[in-house]
Amino acid sequence: MRKGQYRFVAGFLLVPVALYVIFVIWPYLQTFGYSLTDWKGQSQTFRFVGLDNYRKLFQDDVFLEAIWHNILFLVFIPVITILLALFFAFMLNAGGRGRAGGVQGVAGAKFYKILYFFPQVLSLAILAVLFNAVYRSDGGGLLNGLLIKLGLVDADNPVEWLNEPDMVLWALLLVVVWHGVGFYLVLFSAAMQSIPRDVYEAALIDGANRNQSFFRITLPLLWDSVQTAWVYLGIVAMDMFVLVSSMTQNMGAYGGGPDHHSDVMSTVMMRNFLYYGKSGYACAMGVVMLLLTLVLSVVTLRATRRERIEF
Amino acid sequence: MSAPIKETAPAPAGRTVAKAPVRPGDRRGEGVVLNVFSHGFLALWALLIVLPLLWLVLSSFKTDAQIGGSALGWPENWTAGVFRRAWDKGIGDYFLNTVIVLVFSVPLTMLFGSMAAYVLARYRFWGNRLLYYFFVAGAMFPVFLALVPLFFMVKRLDMLNTYQGLILVYIAYSMPFTVFFMHAFFRTLPTAVFEAAVLDGASHTRTFFQVMLPMARPGLISVGIFNTLGQWNQFILPTVLMQPQSGDDPERYVLTQGLIQLQQQQGYASDLPVLFAGVTIAMIPMLVVYLSFQRQVQAGLTSATLK
Repeated sequence: MRKGQYRFVAGFLLVPVALYVIFVIWPYLQTFGYSLTDWKGQSQTFRFVGLDNYRKLFQDDVFLEAIWHNILFLVFIPVITILLALFFAFMLNAGGRGRAGGVQGVAGAKFYKILYFFPQVLSLAILAVLFNAVYRSDGGGLLNGLLIKLGLVDADNPVEWLNEPDMVLWALLLVVVWHGVGFYLVLFSAAMQSIPRDVYEAALIDGANRNQSFFRITLPLLWDSVQTAWVYLGIVAMDMFVLVSSMTQNMGAYGGGPDHHSDVMSTVMMRNFLYYGKSGYACAMGVVMLLLTLVLSVVTLRATRRERIEF
Repeated sequence: MSAPIKETAPAPAGRTVAKAPVRPGDRRGEGVVLNVFSHGFLALWALLIVLPLLWLVLSSFKTDAQIGGSALGWPENWTAGVFRRAWDKGIGDYFLNTVIVLVFSVPLTMLFGSMAAYVLARYRFWGNRLLYYFFVAGAMFPVFLALVPLFFMVKRLDMLNTYQGLILVYIAYSMPFTVFFMHAFFRTLPTAVFEAAVLDGASHTRTFFQVMLPMARPGLISVGIFNTLGQWNQFILPTVLMQPQSGDDPERYVLTQGLIQLQQQQGYASDLPVLFAGVTIAMIPMLVVYLSFQRQVQAGLTSATLK
């Protein structure tokens, strides 16, 4: 290789690598180190305390409950979102009338796709304000207002969606589903359309009906997309910071109420870091979040592994 | 290929459908039932999407008393004054802050990301693969893992609550995806063009900027949209990095952060129309961008998952 080429390569890599190391890689690595100290963040002095933070972590009821909430999200967010998205993708791509069992898209599919996808471009902060208003705990909230009008809820005793311990997680979950269905619908829809027509035609000649062709052909061929969707929704479920911190009662700071019934790992971590100033402890939480994320990815990819079908 | 086999069964017109007997196993009947069924569900979900959004926009034209009353009341306060008020109460500043940050962070993300991706994709040198995985691996880790040290790193650089601090952090955190995607894109570009440029005596730098980068435009647009939306909607990083550091340090909140801030304030000040107007203002650019680049947005965002 010529000398000028080396200079060029190095020159092009210098800034990107420097930025990436300073702001991403180095902080990632430091977290592991800090998680072994009792660092408070204000002073530069801290003691090495070994695994004390981790030991404390697993006796911290708030954090353990938060992990449990993340796991609930981890199970229900992907299942509900993917099922709804698959259902609507099927409706859009195969719900069209006529053509005797031949698969045909529904009229206006393009319009539906544009509309359904729109929530995805809105920020979670906008969603938080929007759904705070929807879930308002009096007749002024959209949900309560509608239910009162329909006579399903007593006007003097409206539902406190975000203040009921048993309801708050589901209320938050619905926001995520509302946000995500359109996105995964478009993803699945694109995958469905990339399946060659002659596969369906062959099935048709063999006498398969619409449902059979969906469950026996479409779904297996979509498996890769479903798997990707699962991992991505899993990452969403592990985060949840924006919605919890801005929609639920503050437990000191960063939401989590009522009485920690909606706390997730990210909110507990941020509270410990910026509100209580326990930096070392918060770092240990960060490490636990990483480990759980890695476990999640490996388990998902393993559990959903199928033989890859080339077409 | 897409021609249906059985053209002999024409799509029945709406009127005759209702009368046609639906026998079990009758494929045409099945199609019609499914069709009605799908339209029903699709319309229902469409309503669920539109209703809350429309209701919120309409609510900015209500008075505070009306908002506290029944959710289903029709707005009466049809003035644009509330938007003016929302703009003055901070939304204007938040908006401007976000724009200032993104005007720098998005183009620089694209520039640095493409530079790294290009070199990694088209040049052979020691450690190439390693460096590529090093970049891409960053996408695997939750940002929370880095937050605490990141805060103190930015603090040590004296860049807390500054535009340049947030810009640099945004660029750094957008690297993994940008490098990954552009790397794949540069690999697909034909070598012949590159060789022709070199034969004509263009330098490496010049080849990149005048030949390769223009050819990578479709990829740049997709990744650009992805990064713009991602950085525009970012919340956790500004929450940690953009807090006023002392009494006379001015607020430099970005839009997402500002909306949440406004929500907390308006809860006490009970001026909810202003909050709703603020959200409406924040939604408008997204709506405009989305409707004008609808196909690229969908392609850009979904391609992010098709690894």
